[in-house]
Amino acid sequence: MSIDAHGIRKVFGAFTALDGVDLHVPQGKLVAVLGPSGSGKTTLLRIIAGLEFPDPGSGRILFHGDDVTDIPAGRRRVGFVFQHYALFRHMSVLDNVAFGLRVRRRRNRPSRATILERAHRLLELVQLDGLAGRFPSQLSGGQRQRVALARALAVEPKVLLLDEPFGALDARVRKELRRWLRRFHDDIQLTTIFVTHDQEEALEIADEVVIMNQGRVEQVGTPQQVYDKPASPFVYQFLGNVNVLRAPALAGAVRRDGPAAGAVSDGRIFVRPHDIELTSHDAGGPGLSAIVRHIHAAGPHARLLLEQVQTREPVEVEISRSELSELGLRENDLVRMRLRQSHSFEEDYAI
Amino acid sequence: MESLPATTLHARPVRAAPALATRDPLWARWLLTAIALVFLAFFLVLPLVAVFAQAFEKGVPYFLSAIREPDALAAIRLTLLTVAIVVPANVLFGVAAAWAIGKFRFPGKSLLTTLIDLPFAVSPVIAGLVYVLVFGAQGWLGPWLMDHNVRIIFAVPGIVLATAFVTFPFVARELIPLMQAQGTDEEYSAVTLGANGWQTFWRVTLPNIRWGLFYGVILCNARAMGEFGAVSVVSGHIRGETNTMPLHVEILYNEYNIVGAFAVASLLALLALASLVLKSVVEWRQAVLR
Repeated sequence: MSIDAHGIRKVFGAFTALDGVDLHVPQGKLVAVLGPSGSGKTTLLRIIAGLEFPDPGSGRILFHGDDVTDIPAGRRRVGFVFQHYALFRHMSVLDNVAFGLRVRRRRNRPSRATILERAHRLLELVQLDGLAGRFPSQLSGGQRQRVALARALAVEPKVLLLDEPFGALDARVRKELRRWLRRFHDDIQLTTIFVTHDQEEALEIADEVVIMNQGRVEQVGTPQQVYDKPASPFVYQFLGNVNVLRAPALAGAVRRDGPAAGAVSDGRIFVRPHDIELTSHDAGGPGLSAIVRHIHAAGPHARLLLEQVQTREPVEVEISRSELSELGLRENDLVRMRLRQSHSFEEDYAI
Repeated sequence: MESLPATTLHARPVRAAPALATRDPLWARWLLTAIALVFLAFFLVLPLVAVFAQAFEKGVPYFLSAIREPDALAAIRLTLLTVAIVVPANVLFGVAAAWAIGKFRFPGKSLLTTLIDLPFAVSPVIAGLVYVLVFGAQGWLGPWLMDHNVRIIFAVPGIVLATAFVTFPFVARELIPLMQAQGTDEEYSAVTLGANGWQTFWRVTLPNIRWGLFYGVILCNARAMGEFGAVSVVSGHIRGETNTMPLHVEILYNEYNIVGAFAVASLLALLALASLVLKSVVEWRQAVLR
């Protein structure tokens, strides 16, 4: 089922959480809503779920083209997974999963045996069938999250909404679980939106990324599109490291075939650390002179902190370790740098 | 200490220091324990023993007849009636108030929280007087009530009202912090899973607060049975009609019917002890569950 949001506004007192948000999630996709805290992403998710309502007259939520704006959460058939799991602490894992079926009206309620069978099957699906009798307090964070997912799936939702699903887990479990979620989504093909502030997570598993900032959508696109062609300085800076350089100093440093050649407009150029090429200073040719201030070589890549000679701006550069040893650089050496790929924006946004 | 291996000797100053700091001399520990025990014996155990000793001073038959006396029975009945009305009413109010305060944001929330504490801050006698001023013959509503033949002061409704006022905060106070700590995520979960408001309350909210609620009920019950000040002002002390157990004890005592007074008092003490035992059981259960 596809999900659409049109012109959603939500104001809490003096704080505008959502300022006219439009969103389209195609059937069966896994979409990440990515943004810093306070960007309105969780509010948007809760409005889609029906836990909050948009400001009167502001916008509409459509599921598969049907207006559900005024339908309460319980009848929208959404599966919602909360950041802190929100499992019923006084119920066993099995009872948690069965809850959604047991509260149905008698004529829609499956038989006891069917409910138990379905709950067990869901626990198998999330690989927790052995823990059916445990209580939430006896489970690890990752296990709780999967119980929450099984519980949400029990009511056969048409869309799945996940609020920072891995936010409360430690780094290793988080990585495992998000890959598991991707495979799981490929198996069940349920339209899914998940909210996160972790760009790595969003870029790794989502079909499409929606980047939000201050209650507005900044950009929508595939992970590669938003990473390679950021629509605004905010997106550029939010997705990964970036150097912001003053443009006039760069004449000659931008390669002729580069996408930003001749397109310098607002006086600033955005360039990612791995898009800077370093050559030996003695070799001459185009480029800017810079002094190596610090070399950090522990890790898969070498990170260099340079200082541009003309403007004294700091520049972060990432090169492979073999390149580093070829150049034979040491601290306080002079080096020549060229921008393989850089970006500039027409307007000067306030970031 | 000499037998310690050399390697641990190096660590000794570090390890021994905290142990020494927390280890008081033997005499100090004995003294403190003794003071506590003597205090407990004099102020808590002795009076309790005295109550039962006095009650049974003239033997069991006399004790039984003192309790079976019609006025005493009427007092017991009135106390139980009051408890039967006040405790459920305050449970209802307490759960509703704690639910509102713990789970929602609304204007006037802090005012409501403060108002709930009012009965703790006000002397029970004042509470009783307030009801006399409002409902009494000379009070604001008195004449109107007289015209419609409704008796509140010096009658059972007044006693129930005064008791309800005094025991007002017990359940709510117990539940508010609990419900605030638990937040609203579980309720929202239940809602997205299709539960209606009623199902959410009975299956999710209530089970989560049941032990806190039970604890509040016990405290409320104990206080409702024992309330003297507020009830004394509104009751009018009509024997066999508007005397609760504590009031009846006082009357008997003032009439030098010491054994009678203590017989009824021992019943109250017994109920209080039962409440305490129940409360300990609840606390123990909560500790086990955690």
